[in-house]
Amino acid sequence: MSKAIISLEDVWFRYKDTQVVEAVNLQIYDHDFLGIIGPNGGGKTTLLKLILGLITPDRGRIRVLGGDPREHRTSIGYVPQYRTFDFAFPISVSQMVLTGRLGHIHKTFRKYSREDHEIVKNCLEMMEIYDLRDRQVGQLSGGQQQKVMLARALATNPRILLLDEPTNHVDARTEVNFFEILKELHTEIAIVVVSHDIGAISTYVDRIACMNQKLYIHDSPEITGEMVAETYRCPVELIAHGVPHRVLEEHKNMENK
Amino acid sequence: MIEILYFEFFRNALAAGLLASIACGIMGTYVVVKKISFISGGISHSAFGGIGLGYLLGFSPITGAIIFSLAAALGIGIASKNGGENEDTVIATMWATGMALGILFISLAPGYAPDLMSYLFGNILFVPAGDLTLMLILDVAIICIVWLFYNEFLAISFDEEFATIMNIPVERLCLLLLCLIALTVVMLIKVVGVILVIALLTIPAAIAQQHSENLKKIMFIAIVLGIVFTFTGMWISYLADVPSGATIIIVAAIAYLISMGLQKFRKTTVSLQ
Repeated sequence: MSKAIISLEDVWFRYKDTQVVEAVNLQIYDHDFLGIIGPNGGGKTTLLKLILGLITPDRGRIRVLGGDPREHRTSIGYVPQYRTFDFAFPISVSQMVLTGRLGHIHKTFRKYSREDHEIVKNCLEMMEIYDLRDRQVGQLSGGQQQKVMLARALATNPRILLLDEPTNHVDARTEVNFFEILKELHTEIAIVVVSHDIGAISTYVDRIACMNQKLYIHDSPEITGEMVAETYRCPVELIAHGVPHRVLEEHKNMENK
Repeated sequence: MIEILYFEFFRNALAAGLLASIACGIMGTYVVVKKISFISGGISHSAFGGIGLGYLLGFSPITGAIIFSLAAALGIGIASKNGGENEDTVIATMWATGMALGILFISLAPGYAPDLMSYLFGNILFVPAGDLTLMLILDVAIICIVWLFYNEFLAISFDEEFATIMNIPVERLCLLLLCLIALTVVMLIKVVGVILVIALLTIPAAIAQQHSENLKKIMFIAIVLGIVFTFTGMWISYLADVPSGATIIIVAAIAYLISMGLQKFRKTTVSLQ
């Protein structure tokens, strides 16, 4: 197997008194399409922030492209959770996507080159939002805003895409549309999608992992009895009122059809 | 009416209003879009400590204000990065401590402080020519730095986390931005005083933001509005013989109210269609 582009070895992270990430091992390879599911508060976003070097693990080692995450994170296309920033901010679609180029400008005063503008144009065209380029981001629909965030991530020329709950605030049709785009991108880029909803994910991903402090990896996207059993290893109180339990059941029904 | 233009003090006041409005429009825009008017209030009130120290030790109060406001900007910037949930309290404490130090220093200073009121509430009609030179230098510095770091400032103001991933020196740039705000605050102290600074810093940009969605345009509109407010305020204060700083703020506040009303009216007409 090829060398992992991202590897986590025995990674632990504690926030105040809560152990959020516990003994996580994970390898992500070129052309991987990994879905990470788990209940809210299960540490999915924290895991992404560890990979991005936004927070440092208490224990363990994280390598991105063979080096420190902080060094190589400019090659990660990150699509954060919706509403992590202010969409009323006076910034246009193209200005926002241009910020994805900043990681590749190595000058004290970062000015965008013609090439940067060209790359942004391509990304916007790929997302079919080029005609919206001069609009303020707050004026777009949820699905369009999601595409802008993906375009910004693609503008970084990423080796891998990390998406945090990308379809949380869009309707079912937009969700399918969005995953179709990811499927196309997947031919060139490794993708990791985090979601508390297994619904759309499992149709598209190659591997599924369940994150609930610990990470359980399943090397196929199919939901098996084994997997359900493994997922049950997650602490029971979280399963009891968490989302995955219900979702997994739904999935079993779908398979029976 | 025109005859007052023959007085040097009035021409200086106009120049001071113009120069202060330029810095105010640019930096006020960042204050408004980044929603850090509370931080700016903390910086301006801390500056009063420096003004008091100037009186006590016999150096220029404005020099004291520059030192204290820069120190406050750096202090608040570092505390807000590392202080977590206490950021609010840290700012409020610096805000009050700066004022308290100023009052303490002035009470310890020999004699009495003749122009104390002008530092608290501003007096644009008494701006010496030397201060105009300083204001011009600060304006040029602010314009240059903002032009050079425009893309970086936009990125950190909009989405700090993403800017961090892009390996921009977010922390240092945030501190630089706060220092520029501190220097702007010092310029505005001349116009409206320590206590009223926060209003003049935010109102023009807030109005501008209601009418434009482009950062550069907002800055430009805010500069023009700042000039209009200071000139109108000065003129009314001259006619009615009332304090200029307070009048400028009242003019700005009325304009803000009208602008909000207009926007609401526009929204309702749009939704009725």
